[in-house]
Amino acid sequence: MQLGSYLIRRLGNTVLILLGVATATFFLARISGDPIDQLMPIGTPIEAREALRVELGLDAPLVVQYGRFLVETAQGKFGTSLRYGEPALRMYLDRLPATVELVIGAVLLTVVFGIGLGVLAAAQHGKLLDTLIMWGALFGQAVPGFYLGLMLMLFLSLQLGLLPTGGRGTWQQLIMPTAVLASYYVALTARMTRSSFLETMHLDFVRTARAKGLPERRILLKHVMRAALIPIITLIGLQVGGLFSGAVVAETVFTWPGIGRLAIDAIYARDFPVVQTVVILSATIFVAVNLLVDLAYVFIDPRINYG
Amino acid sequence: MAERPRRLRRFLVDPKNFFSILILIAFAVTAVLPNQVLPHDPTRQNLRARLQPPTWVSGGTPEHLLGTDNLGRDVLARVMRGARATFVTVLLSAVAAAVLGSALGLLAGFYRGWVDEVISRLIDVQLAFPTMLLMIAVVGLLGQGLWVLVGTLALAVWPAYARLMRAAVLGLRDLDFVAASRALGTPDAGLILRHIAPNTVSSMIVFTTFQLSQLLLIESALSFLGLGVPPPATSWGAIIASGRAYLLDGWWVAALPGLAIIFVVLAFNFLGDGLRDLLDPRQR
Repeated sequence: MQLGSYLIRRLGNTVLILLGVATATFFLARISGDPIDQLMPIGTPIEAREALRVELGLDAPLVVQYGRFLVETAQGKFGTSLRYGEPALRMYLDRLPATVELVIGAVLLTVVFGIGLGVLAAAQHGKLLDTLIMWGALFGQAVPGFYLGLMLMLFLSLQLGLLPTGGRGTWQQLIMPTAVLASYYVALTARMTRSSFLETMHLDFVRTARAKGLPERRILLKHVMRAALIPIITLIGLQVGGLFSGAVVAETVFTWPGIGRLAIDAIYARDFPVVQTVVILSATIFVAVNLLVDLAYVFIDPRINYG
Repeated sequence: MAERPRRLRRFLVDPKNFFSILILIAFAVTAVLPNQVLPHDPTRQNLRARLQPPTWVSGGTPEHLLGTDNLGRDVLARVMRGARATFVTVLLSAVAAAVLGSALGLLAGFYRGWVDEVISRLIDVQLAFPTMLLMIAVVGLLGQGLWVLVGTLALAVWPAYARLMRAAVLGLRDLDFVAASRALGTPDAGLILRHIAPNTVSSMIVFTTFQLSQLLLIESALSFLGLGVPPPATSWGAIIASGRAYLLDGWWVAALPGLAIIFVVLAFNFLGDGLRDLLDPRQR
């Protein structure tokens, strides 16, 4: 069946992509220097260094190490943190919920405010509200996330004392990092929704609905909405992977204990197994989300062909 | 006949385009000015004048228009000097990404077959990397430096160029005038250089203008995280990071340089819209 072969090809592609990611990550980590230097203090006798090298399997030729790395990664063995001695996978999984929380919050904000403001702008096309929303969206796409974060912190935390400046635990602490993560995507979605609605409003079936004398509000929210939302939903779905990586900045500004912070700390400490784990697993999540969005798209819109 | 000059005039009198060009020229000029011409030496510390507020805030002096930072350095001078590293990094990486990405996109679109297959898979792999994490990993592992930064930024955006170019070439390669030239025996290189590449120039210019604003945002985030150009050079993200610890006593150190980023990003975006209407009116 056509759908079956589409699925198989898509899955094969995904595996190929992940193989590429793992390969790039492995060699990148090796280019940067000898991992032994990180493990042992300067001045350690050369025999002790070589003993550790053999123990960790770092004496084998690079190709063998690479092969071993691929096999272990495929089995879900991600190695041990050089710094904490904990399994890198567990460290990643410990931090994942915090980031997922941020990403879900940001997706909700994007759906509610991005689509909401976009529809409002389209409904008020050419009027003052439309202009205001579009200028807001332009600014939303131009303000760097870390800057927005610091300014929110300055006004809401330091001057007004409304929200805590960082950490995780209460819902108040969730507000600013989520807003910072979502700002760019809310702006992007509002602009896309507006133009998608404006395009759809001129199509024949909308004119027919209008000719039948249906109220404008009903036309907009029922007829136009259905047709205009498909590309928007896809767009939002495809941004979810990007949100995981954009979370680095929000997590840094608000000391949010997620995988972005984990990655930054691991890089500063040159903790390679953790860096590799974060990059490979985040890429896996990213690819999996995109695959799901594509599949959902196939089911939402039966006209699509699985070419 | 008069169509082109008329469009150009309309482009220039549009206030959005006009002010965008003005802002970009102003920052470009400050980027090339030598230190001696700046209102202050951007690196000179003066601990007795630390965290002085901007002129218009009570306690501010006309000496330091935008105030001073925690080491007593003039914020205005630092923003002006920061323009240099920021602009150089962003422009160089845009050029590198454009060259690499469009060359690969051209080859993929022109030759199809296995060349296309390989290049398209490369694009997929690159797009599967969480961008920010990839760049942090590369800069963190290879160490800070202008060229590492430029290479990393170029690595992050080349797939966008490759995709755009590939699609453009696919649309052009089978058009009649290309087919005719091929039938006359023009070699591949001639077809690509004479007939295909020139027809993609305007959409590449428009695309690059938008891409510059993206690169500026990414570059600022990286330098905010401490992974930008190494000191004593400074860029806007790094200046804001240095003001982070002094939000309470000296909000201006972080708040004012951020405006420079916003202005320049908006200028690139407006200019991109304007250039699209000017050069590529069918694209919308």
